[in-house]
Amino acid sequence: MNLTDLPGLNYVPVLLLMTSLVPGVLIFFLRDEQVRLRTVLNVSGAVAKVGLVVVLVPPIVAGRSLEWRSPFLPGIDLVLRVEQLSLLFLGLSALLWLATTVYAIGYLEGSPGRSRFFGFFSLCVTATVGIALAGNLVTFVIFYEFLTLATFPLVAHRGTPQAIAGARTYLVYTLSGGIVLLAGVAWLTHLVGPVEFTAGGAQQLAHLATTEPRLAQAVFVLLIAGLAVKAALIPVHGWLPRAMVAPAPVSALLHAVAVVKAGVFGIVRVVHHTYGVEVADTLGVLLPLAVLAAATIIFGSTLALFQDDLKRRLAYSTVSQVSYVTLGIAVVGVVSTTGGIVHLVHQGLMKITLFFCAGLFAETLGLHKVSELRGVGRRMPVTAAAFTVGALGMIGLPPVAGFVSKWQLGLGGIEAGHPWIVAVLLTSSLLNAAYFLPIVYRLWFLDPGESPPWEGVRTTARRLEAPPSLLLPAVAAALFALLAGLLAEMPYSPLEVARKIAERSYLGL
Amino acid sequence: MNDTLGALVLLPLGGAVLAALLPRHGPWVGIVTAAATLALALTTAAAVYRSGPRHLELAGWGAPLGIDLRADGLSAAMLALTAVVGVATTVYATGSDAASGRPLFWPLWLALWSGLNAVYVSGDLFNTYVALELVGLSAVALVALGGRDAYPPALRYLFVAVLGSLAYLLGVALVYAEAGTLDIVEAGERLDGATTAVTALTATALAVMALGLALKTALFPLHAWLPQAHAAAPSAVSAILSALVVKASLFVLVRVWFVVFGGAATPGAAQLLGILGTVAVVWGAVLALRQPRLKPIVAYSTVAQVGYLFLLFPLATPGLGEAAGTTAAQAAYAGWTGALGLALAHGLAKAAMFMAAGTLALAHGSDRLTDLRGAATRMPMSTLTFGLAGASLAGLPPTFGFVGKWQLLQASLISGQWWWLPVLLVGGLLTAAYTVRVLGATVNPPDAELAPLAPVPRRMEWAALSMAALAVMLGVSSSGLLGLLGVGAPVGGGP
Repeated sequence: MNLTDLPGLNYVPVLLLMTSLVPGVLIFFLRDEQVRLRTVLNVSGAVAKVGLVVVLVPPIVAGRSLEWRSPFLPGIDLVLRVEQLSLLFLGLSALLWLATTVYAIGYLEGSPGRSRFFGFFSLCVTATVGIALAGNLVTFVIFYEFLTLATFPLVAHRGTPQAIAGARTYLVYTLSGGIVLLAGVAWLTHLVGPVEFTAGGAQQLAHLATTEPRLAQAVFVLLIAGLAVKAALIPVHGWLPRAMVAPAPVSALLHAVAVVKAGVFGIVRVVHHTYGVEVADTLGVLLPLAVLAAATIIFGSTLALFQDDLKRRLAYSTVSQVSYVTLGIAVVGVVSTTGGIVHLVHQGLMKITLFFCAGLFAETLGLHKVSELRGVGRRMPVTAAAFTVGALGMIGLPPVAGFVSKWQLGLGGIEAGHPWIVAVLLTSSLLNAAYFLPIVYRLWFLDPGESPPWEGVRTTARRLEAPPSLLLPAVAAALFALLAGLLAEMPYSPLEVARKIAERSYLGL
Repeated sequence: MNDTLGALVLLPLGGAVLAALLPRHGPWVGIVTAAATLALALTTAAAVYRSGPRHLELAGWGAPLGIDLRADGLSAAMLALTAVVGVATTVYATGSDAASGRPLFWPLWLALWSGLNAVYVSGDLFNTYVALELVGLSAVALVALGGRDAYPPALRYLFVAVLGSLAYLLGVALVYAEAGTLDIVEAGERLDGATTAVTALTATALAVMALGLALKTALFPLHAWLPQAHAAAPSAVSAILSALVVKASLFVLVRVWFVVFGGAATPGAAQLLGILGTVAVVWGAVLALRQPRLKPIVAYSTVAQVGYLFLLFPLATPGLGEAAGTTAAQAAYAGWTGALGLALAHGLAKAAMFMAAGTLALAHGSDRLTDLRGAATRMPMSTLTFGLAGASLAGLPPTFGFVGKWQLLQASLISGQWWWLPVLLVGGLLTAAYTVRVLGATVNPPDAELAPLAPVPRRMEWAALSMAALAVMLGVSSSGLLGLLGVGAPVGGGP
């Protein structure tokens, strides 16, 4: 299956890491005023990564893979592998990293500590790429923890007491989760040796599940409990709303690609590529996971209703939306799995749009609360339109990407004999509508009144409603969310790739 | 190639004499000596890695008359660690008088280095004693360079160092009485062969030696002298003491425990050392969290980190003499490479941390946490160094500290000693907690008014960062280093 035509090709995974690691490290040594050099480094790294991923799409989707390995711990290799699932996550992170970099350059213009910010920002993306490429559990753990360390300074970036407190909460949660995960991985390695991610599950796990089912269950619980912290499953979701003190581009990245996604991506890897969905099902651990995910979906949506702060409302919405992925992969069946995996991408596209827009409202007009958004659509029509696309997608209205995910999840639930999942999806969609539609309504249909809150606010932009470096990424992300829904049945669409991944997961069934 | 062992001791000693004779050229003598010693140490390590343990009889006399030098993988690794940290602290010390305590710093530091190398290559118990004394006395003198405030801790340190050495020497005498030789390997063979049951004499010898060496290594509850001494010393000295000097007595304890008394070391005693180490991990971290000043935080962190290293004894002792491939041997090998790998990682990270603490204190004119506001924006390099070093100490991937912790986790699981798992897992959180406490004190809101900083030479910050970077980078390329630690190891039956 390997591309062995050229020997150098197996270094491609390393090259993918380097496109963000090298700029990241170099940027640390720049002075804050060296804007041009820093921008060149940032953007060229991001563009190079997108380029690499685009070139990789056809061969990888066709079923080939690239692998690089090097000895790390005694008996355990560091493995970086590009295959279909890693490509999907990689593509998402490459695309959104480019968008967020452009956005962040505009957002942080003139503020102090930019070199530090962009340095850690690039390291954060490096960690995400490492998580996507990790070919075995130990490599995954390494990048998973590296991500924690790289994002901590970003959350604390503003240096205010709230920022430090938020960052500390974040660290306590994620490091504790990391320890539980490490305990699980160390135990599993002791029991069956190093575990390579394999479509359909690793052989050793199938063996363990038949000989020592109790142990296999216990390790599963440890692994999922460790991953649940970043995946923001209840009851360990508490860090997410508090990490909202971070600058908008950080929140966008945290919610759409980096931290939260690393958690659910890890759950996909454990369920489908470590245990194998079949084995996990016989162990009886999938139903509790699905129920937990469903509870998180309803819980997050309900709390989102009560938030007046826009970013907090979006944060609780993330708690809910990300659990769709967990729900999808915890239900046995190709359709459901496809829905879960494709939502990894779809949620990312939609959520980053919403956060970009929230940042735009805050930066250009100084608006942070839902209640202040009356009539903003007249002043910032493009931003409001992008926000509307994201919000409708989250509710699950066609033709935005969110509809495709929910449709797959619902069908999958029925197919697997769990009609209650449809009820959960409907309830959640109603709640989504209940907290998103009022915002959309306010934006477009309410009168800003005699003296809107933004009266007297001056913007730097002349012709556009906001600086183009902020506006363009938001519009692009909204377009992608729309296209992912419209073109869902085209070759190389996220849905197609997700379906291929799901089918390979069930080859043994 | 064998000659490098002797040169490793004589070269820094010659440098020390030269630096004493030419007090105005101390920094240059220091740098040249450091560079040459680094080259020697790395050559030695490479030779041991390639072709196994080295053994040299100085002037061809041989034991019991002459001086025997030995270097196995552990010696080679410690020599290399000492040289790498030595070069960095030497560069660091040239940057500021306050950080080194010039001009006496140079002869004392080079003499200390010579003593450390002598400890690592010494083949017999008495020469080890002499080397330990050289290390201890020059370390005490170096602490006293910290000025008037450092005299009381230095005096206390002197008592501890001498007391520890005397206990060790008493043990040496008992070993001689029992085995009739001072050669480490021969004594080990004779004690092993002569005793089917462990005699009271042997047990006493092991007990006093372990006590003396644990005192010098600052194992809980014998640690109280360390935080004051390490915090009062000039920053370059603190780095040397915490990163290197405590490792020397630990090294001797490992030698004595596993090679000389191999058969006499009971599992119960090993468990006791592990338990004391566990208490140290928690106690050191709790006290580190309560300190208002930076250098005591780092010093208490050493108390905690030393605790981890003592997990070597419960994890590796049951595998002594087991054939390769058995579960016990596998567990012992993982414990050996894990704990001693952690010792190397701690050496690098702690040197980085103390050097960074030194530059921060120098620039801000104080090491009170409340005075460090704004360091994250104004001294990002030192702050980053502190953070990276903290990550390695906490055993977070991808640092070298993680590799050591992983090996210890595997050793606990393989040997069924699951009770060490909580301390291994949770100890890292405590380390992260005090690191974050420091980092939190260095950030500032954008509008804060900050006092001006005193200038700090860039090379001091670079020296610190290089050690932290090494602690991180060795994590992803650690297999060679773990292999080196296994060369000639007394457990594991060969890798």
